[in-house]
Amino acid sequence: MNVIEIRGATKVFNPGKGNQVEALAEIDLAVRPGEFVTLIGPSGCGKSTLLRLIAALIAPSTGSVEVNAKPAEQARLDRDYGMAFQTAGLFDWRTVSKNIELPLELMGWTKGDRRRRAKEMLELVKLGEFATHHPSELSGGMQQRVAIARALSFSPALLLMDEPFGALDEMTREHMQDELLRIWKETETTVVFVTHSIPEAVYLSTRVVVMSPRPGNIASVIEVDLGQRQASVRDDPAFHTKVTEVRVALRKVEE
Amino acid sequence: MNALKGFSAPIVTGVVLFGLWEGVLALFNPQGFVLPAPSEIVGALIDNWSEVYQGARITGYVVVSGLLAGIIFGVLAALLVTRFRTANETITPLAVAINAIPIIALAPIFNNWFGLTSARSNQAIVVALVFFPIFINTTRGLTQVDRSQVELMESYAASRSRISREVRIPNAMPFFFTALKLSTSLAVIAAIVAEYFGGRQDALGPLITQSAGLTRYDDAWAAVLAGTTIGAVLYIVVTVLERVAMPWHSLIRSHREET
Ligand SMILES: Nc1ncnc2c1ncn2[C@@H]1O[C@H](COP(=O)(O)OP(=O)(O)OP(=O)(O)O)[C@@H](O)[C@H]1O
Ligand SMILES: [Mg+2]
Repeated sequence: MNVIEIRGATKVFNPGKGNQVEALAEIDLAVRPGEFVTLIGPSGCGKSTLLRLIAALIAPSTGSVEVNAKPAEQARLDRDYGMAFQTAGLFDWRTVSKNIELPLELMGWTKGDRRRRAKEMLELVKLGEFATHHPSELSGGMQQRVAIARALSFSPALLLMDEPFGALDEMTREHMQDELLRIWKETETTVVFVTHSIPEAVYLSTRVVVMSPRPGNIASVIEVDLGQRQASVRDDPAFHTKVTEVRVALRKVEE
Repeated sequence: MNALKGFSAPIVTGVVLFGLWEGVLALFNPQGFVLPAPSEIVGALIDNWSEVYQGARITGYVVVSGLLAGIIFGVLAALLVTRFRTANETITPLAVAINAIPIIALAPIFNNWFGLTSARSNQAIVVALVFFPIFINTTRGLTQVDRSQVELMESYAASRSRISREVRIPNAMPFFFTALKLSTSLAVIAAIVAEYFGGRQDALGPLITQSAGLTRYDDAWAAVLAGTTIGAVLYIVVTVLERVAMPWHSLIRSHREET
């Protein structure tokens, strides 16, 4: 059984109006349990739109999207996935810790459990001492880390992440990549991940989906098998070969 | 204590201003005919204390009750409009039409409706005037929310009312308080001007017109001072409430000021 099954999904925004946008054309994509799939492609090619379709935050214009063998909308209502958005989307009126607790509150966790989990997650993203701060007191990268902690807090079996590491410095980024890989391996999560960074895509994924713009489409799919992922992989020739392969595919798309 | 922070500067400004006023009048206008000195106004206030105090009570009651009712109606309408499309389509044009009416011009008509000597008509003027800014601003705050925050809540399958509670209402708070601060001074003006035309004869409005008619300008100013005090007290109360209700907001502000 596939975790995600997209069949002939298209998305047209504002159909029939002057500002009509054909964002996605006939997407077919299946994601198996435990896969780490990365979406990469030029800005505006519909990566966020595709992620929103999977999350059932928008409905496809035609075609179907299934998550865990049920309509995506049902999966959303069943809280089958966790999502981290391109913009951090933190709530200024909640402290950092309370922001992370938000999904847990909605899922009816007890106060003590929520506190404990928020603390763990803050340690994970190295923001332990900022628990009682408000988001406005944090830098952009720190805010993004809080958003990641929030997405991971309830250990969803499916993680949808839209450029979650975009605002992070290189060292923090690598740290977060390794943490994400560790969580992915330990909990056998399925991940769909959007990024603009080719090395990041290759380092993290089992499969890189290269998308082309106007209208958004899947141009090519590149399988990645670098064995046991660890920092040394970044220096591996096989890693660089894959990076080049993705780069070539992207260059074709941009032309 | 923290909630009261920031009031010292206006107090100092006020003291300096009144000192200057007193000083300039003492030097150039010893008769105090056109503009009485602060000391004369305070003197008139002491002499007519019971009258002014009674007037301030009546007008204060009109202002506060009208303000409260205006807030309740404004917020309720805003909640309805954001929740139901049909409410939006009926209430919003109606509110815009009402706002186009110079409400204060209705005072004599309201007197006819509610009785010439009753405070009801003055209250109605205040309610009508306060309603609009509260309604418009609160609606704006409830609807102009960060899209990703709403999507985040939807990704958790949160109910509509939960999204309102977690996202829309907190987001509307700064909008609401901005409108409320505006409304306090508006309410005092509305009440006093409405009282010029009718309502209870022992209110501040009639006190001002009667004193001015008898060229007792220092008495008129004493009544104006009482009206000013009502406005100032309300403004301070709202500011304190704002800081208590939105600790995160004053935080944002203080950070901006520091940097
Ligand atoms: N809500 C919307 N209404 C109208 N058009 C939209 C909407 N959301 C996205 N679009 C359009 O759909 C296209 C794809 O947008 P999308 O956000 O999916 O791109 P993206 O690949 O995520 O880009 P980026 O890498 O810059 O984040 C764009 O042309 C965009 O203008
Ligand atoms: Mg995007």
